[in-house]
Amino acid sequence: MRSFDYQRAGTLEHAGQLVAEDGAKAIAGGTNLLDLMKLQVETPETIVDISRLALDGIDEVDGGGLRIGAMVTNTDTAVDPRVRADYPMLSRAILAGATQQLRNRATTGGNLCQRTRCYYFTKTDQPCNKRDPGSGCGAIDGVARLHAVLGTSDQCIATYPGDMAVALAALDATVDIASPNGRSRSVPVRNFHCLPGDTPWIENVLERGEIITSVILPAPVGGRQVYRKVRERSSYAFAMVSVAAIVDVANGRIARADLAFGGLAHKPWHDPRLSDLLVGKAPDRALFAKAADLLLEDAVSQGENAFKIPLARRTLIAVLAQATGEVS
Amino acid sequence: MTITINGESHPLPRDPRTSLLDYVRDHLGLTGSKKGCDHGQCGACTMIVNGRRINGCLTLAVMHDGDSVTTIEGIGTMAAPSAMQKAFLDHDGYQCGYCTPGQICSATALLDEIAAGWPSDDSDDLTARVEATDAEIRERMSGNLCRCGAYANILAAIREVAGAAA
Repeated sequence: MRSFDYQRAGTLEHAGQLVAEDGAKAIAGGTNLLDLMKLQVETPETIVDISRLALDGIDEVDGGGLRIGAMVTNTDTAVDPRVRADYPMLSRAILAGATQQLRNRATTGGNLCQRTRCYYFTKTDQPCNKRDPGSGCGAIDGVARLHAVLGTSDQCIATYPGDMAVALAALDATVDIASPNGRSRSVPVRNFHCLPGDTPWIENVLERGEIITSVILPAPVGGRQVYRKVRERSSYAFAMVSVAAIVDVANGRIARADLAFGGLAHKPWHDPRLSDLLVGKAPDRALFAKAADLLLEDAVSQGENAFKIPLARRTLIAVLAQATGEVS
Repeated sequence: MTITINGESHPLPRDPRTSLLDYVRDHLGLTGSKKGCDHGQCGACTMIVNGRRINGCLTLAVMHDGDSVTTIEGIGTMAAPSAMQKAFLDHDGYQCGYCTPGQICSATALLDEIAAGWPSDDSDDLTARVEATDAEIRERMSGNLCRCGAYANILAAIREVAGAAA
């Protein structure tokens, strides 16, 4: 690990000033950042410890939602009785990721900002436009089993690796961000992460000096909530495909269908056309197949990850069948 | 700037690069915690910080000002092993022993997590009382690898202690 200065931020304002400096990087749980620093993928000059900031509560907000502080650990979110009761897909998504040891350290804010597990990104002797802009993409025509099939570019086919954010995208949660000079702004989780385009090193909308302060869950949404993660072993593995679904059926017709997908793209994938297609219709297999057609109509594979397209199709159909009770 | 390790207070290291794992091993000579992968994948460095198990390799010692850490040396001694340590002995829950301190720290924290009613990915009902079934224990121990493959006996040891606690 390269040498760095360590600074502990006493207040949010102080943290914002420190992370706005050249070469500075915020650290909270550190489970992703320190891993990447050991690999010299990340080489910050200054580490700003924001783990002691008073952003570690889960509080009810006006209108009935929950504010989950950026420093709340993944464990504390997953086991919170209100989250378990009203947002079970969020508990499920978190519990499907990593290990108990990692979830005990990893935070809400850090989890949203975690970086891809693309093998070329994490190996400094390999080309990677995300780590080393202009060096090329080793994964295109390379080892690409984990990689994206939706929203890719000719610069980068990496995936966003997380589970929590996929559930948050289905729930249409909001990220609250502290900006420099005491300002703040809110961004829907669905718009927080970016597609790679020509700037694959830009992974989310955070500007220099900005810090995530909390994630706001909407008032309890009801419906049937499902988080299904398909992986290559039954624990401690990243998603090949994951589907987060909130589905409500009333009078034999789908009244609500909010879906988000992990493992398919550079961001938690949300396609609003799916709810437009599904809502108001009677749930059946033919409809679910149409939804899968729509989701995957522009999917592009690289050979090694071609399996993800039929896998995403089957997983979506299975989740819709489960969530609507149309199990056959 | 101090940290409490197994009940004793120590100054934090000067070099911020020092992981909590390197700190206890190299600075304090507490070599029970092991360095396997050094990337949070194997769990050999598992220790309990403020009551929660974490990977000692993926955290900086300087971030733990005022924290209380229990390593395997604080779990029990040769003369007075903990119930979990005894169960690992009784069930032969190891072969080479390298992963064992991490396994035991992890399993010790697991007892508290089950008692607190924390669900896991294996739990059918997120709000029901947690039963320490084999499937639950396996899922909850997935952060601790054993390259010798002593899993069957590790499971038996944890099952015995978790069953007695229930």
